[in-house]
Amino acid sequence: MTTPSPATPAAEPQAGRDRSFGEHLRDAIQDSTVTVTVLALIAAVVLGGLLTAFTNNAVLHAWSDFFSAPGNAIAKAWDAAAGTYVALFEGSVFNPHDVAALFQQASISTAIHDNYLSKVFYPLSETAVQATPLILAGLAVALPYQAGMFNIGGQSQFIGGAIMAAWLGYAVNLPFFVHVVVCVLGGFVGGAALGWLAGEIKARTGAHEVVVTIMLNYVMQYFLAYLLSSHSLMQAPGGSNSITQAIASNAHLSLIAGTHLRINVGFLIALACAFGVWWLLNRTTTGFEFRSVGANASASRVAGMNVERNWALVMAIGGGLAGLAAASVIMGTDFTLNPQSYGTYGIDAITVALLGLGRPGGVVAAGLLFGALHAGSPGMQTATGTPVQIVQVIQALIVLFVAAPPLVRTVFRLRAARARGVSTSMSKGWNA
Amino acid sequence: MTAAASDRLPVLLSPGPSDGAGTFGGRFAAPVTYLVFCLLDILVFGLHAKGDVTFSFTPEFAKVSVPNLTLAAAATCYFCGALTLALAAARLLDVLGVARLGRVPRRVIIGVVLFLFVIALLAWAGGGQSIPVGVVNLLSGSLNLSIPIMLGALTAVVCSTSGVINIAIEGQLLLGAFCAAIATSVTGSLWLGLICGAAAGALVAAVLAAFAIAYRVDQIVLGVVLNILVLGLTGYLYNAVMVPYGDTLNNPDTFNPVKIPLLGDIPILGPVFFDASVFLYITYVLLIAIQVGLARTRWGLRTRAIGEHPVAADTVGIRVLAMRYRNVILAGLIAGIGGAYFTIGSVGSFGPDMSSGEGYIALAAMIFGRYTPLGAIGAALLFGFTTQLQSILSSINVPIQSNLLLLTPYVVTIIVVAGLVGKVRGPRAEGVPYVKS
Repeated sequence: MTTPSPATPAAEPQAGRDRSFGEHLRDAIQDSTVTVTVLALIAAVVLGGLLTAFTNNAVLHAWSDFFSAPGNAIAKAWDAAAGTYVALFEGSVFNPHDVAALFQQASISTAIHDNYLSKVFYPLSETAVQATPLILAGLAVALPYQAGMFNIGGQSQFIGGAIMAAWLGYAVNLPFFVHVVVCVLGGFVGGAALGWLAGEIKARTGAHEVVVTIMLNYVMQYFLAYLLSSHSLMQAPGGSNSITQAIASNAHLSLIAGTHLRINVGFLIALACAFGVWWLLNRTTTGFEFRSVGANASASRVAGMNVERNWALVMAIGGGLAGLAAASVIMGTDFTLNPQSYGTYGIDAITVALLGLGRPGGVVAAGLLFGALHAGSPGMQTATGTPVQIVQVIQALIVLFVAAPPLVRTVFRLRAARARGVSTSMSKGWNA
Repeated sequence: MTAAASDRLPVLLSPGPSDGAGTFGGRFAAPVTYLVFCLLDILVFGLHAKGDVTFSFTPEFAKVSVPNLTLAAAATCYFCGALTLALAAARLLDVLGVARLGRVPRRVIIGVVLFLFVIALLAWAGGGQSIPVGVVNLLSGSLNLSIPIMLGALTAVVCSTSGVINIAIEGQLLLGAFCAAIATSVTGSLWLGLICGAAAGALVAAVLAAFAIAYRVDQIVLGVVLNILVLGLTGYLYNAVMVPYGDTLNNPDTFNPVKIPLLGDIPILGPVFFDASVFLYITYVLLIAIQVGLARTRWGLRTRAIGEHPVAADTVGIRVLAMRYRNVILAGLIAGIGGAYFTIGSVGSFGPDMSSGEGYIALAAMIFGRYTPLGAIGAALLFGFTTQLQSILSSINVPIQSNLLLLTPYVVTIIVVAGLVGKVRGPRAEGVPYVKS
């Protein structure tokens, strides 16, 4: 990835022109990273399906009289797994019932005015809403990853950004557009401060960022609980709940597809940030230094780069992106800050970045995929009783398979080829 | 530090630009950190301490009673501060090269400074309180809280020495806790639960080993992903099967404390070390076995060889990959036992994410302990101690918000890893997959 080494000629069997189109096509499919990723997705989905099938109540009862009605058990297992995925799909892409309802309307105008149209797009809007923080937090992991830093402090940086965005949102009184900008910048600064702290500790003392960022996650978690436990700090007045006041309506991110859909400007900000990270990495000197430090810190130092400064800087920018993820949640959907605000974004960010192979475009794709899983999961839990944690299992399985292309190749009997995953690029231990 | 050298030395704590000279870290980190402790002792605790503090050394129902110790709180704080200042000065002279200290005195100084800090903290907290500070409770509590961290740290030491980074300790603890709870609830046998917990740890370790050794996946990424997988899996299964069938699947017994005859009757030490859960005795045994095993046996020599220089080890006929597999999986058993402690050793029932980052703390303990079993155990005890201290402080009404107390163990970990440890050199081939050529 950071240093895609060229394919060795020896590994390419008789690359030449006496090969048929079919052979070329087969090679193209077998070689590509995309193929491995898709196969990893399939493997994870199959395993996730098995897991849901074998923990489902009805299925377990059906198994118990397997010998009297063997077909029943298998059918029930299939129903449980398929039902879970259908519910996920209906909650995240489109629900056929809503589409049918749209086409049954007499005229276009009633369809639009009675919200049949927005109902059709509601799952997609939810996917975008869920994907927004995932993309931003995923970038927060992917960017430092390019510089050889494994930022698993997404949670602490998210909390840092959330504290700033929420505080600026309710404590300050500003006109509409200015307030949004101030809060977004505040979120960035809040996250960047924590990211910088981890990077600076590594730069100055050499403490490994994995240990430091994880400890910071717990520190910030309790610090947030502390802030939300006293009226003199951030707790909303007149109550004993751990929650802040709602932020001013001037600080809400504007909706972009009508009042019935939650999709907001945050999604566009996330896409812009992904482009910005791509531009930073590929079109600027700073980005070149980041990638160089990630590929070989010692060589970069010899070449005159300040490796430590790059570590601190890349972690600060990464932390800022996690802070933006927090701002998108606080200002786009939640409007208050509470101990549940940070959810599992810190962990999801890692899976998004790893599935996206550490590249901005990949992060957007992975963010949309996992956003869809998140958007569909609450509906799935109500419809099928499958706990939402199945999403986390599927995410981890996907990343596990993506990280090990040789395993996927063995399972699907593909030929070893030059496709590279996360694995080969960084197998150099605690990158010192 | 040349480019080539640093490539060959994938040390856990990087040496920084040029052996730390010129930056804040490196040379002056230790004296400066001690000075901070000194100032805390004097300015924070000393100036705010009032009245007398009483330390009690007798647990409830003890046969032999030891008299309580009563000290003037403020004077104790000032004394601790002054002593810390002297130690900081000694360490500064050492850094400047005026009076060189050996490795052992340097480590002793770290311990003494932390010990004095704790005394000052307790004097401040307990000063003027009617309830005495229960030293035995503090010590035995921290020993028990440290059990998963100690076992996790031993796992980390064995894996790292063999050349495999094991960040999946967190996942091994969590799955161990989960499986031990289910197995004990279903079968009613604590020992079977313990075995299942250990097996669960080994299972995670086996996946780690397969991916890291055979598929050569980046071990840090792999460990984190495995942790996420176990977190999701246990969370899912908890909601899917444990919540609906809580009585049958998540209702295990717990091990009762076992008192060792004679040894358990020694005043102060007896109740702390020899009247505890069976997990603590397992920890003693494993600690001795691994410490002696690594330093004195053929297995230890070979393990260190495959972690330092796998090529050389291979040349003399050691089967590097097989040995790495075996060591990682055996180490997984240890972490699994540590996980089982969470459920069948202390709390009883399983809860989602109940290992709460202790696997990572175990990793930090390994670094702080400089990759030695004894050092790692010592560091693990320090973390357990901060946690227990926190719960004791909140029980004697110290005017600090409980959430701020809860975050202290994590802050201590950062300070320890960043400031006190200094340069640690891990096994050379740590985290580098071995490819036989």
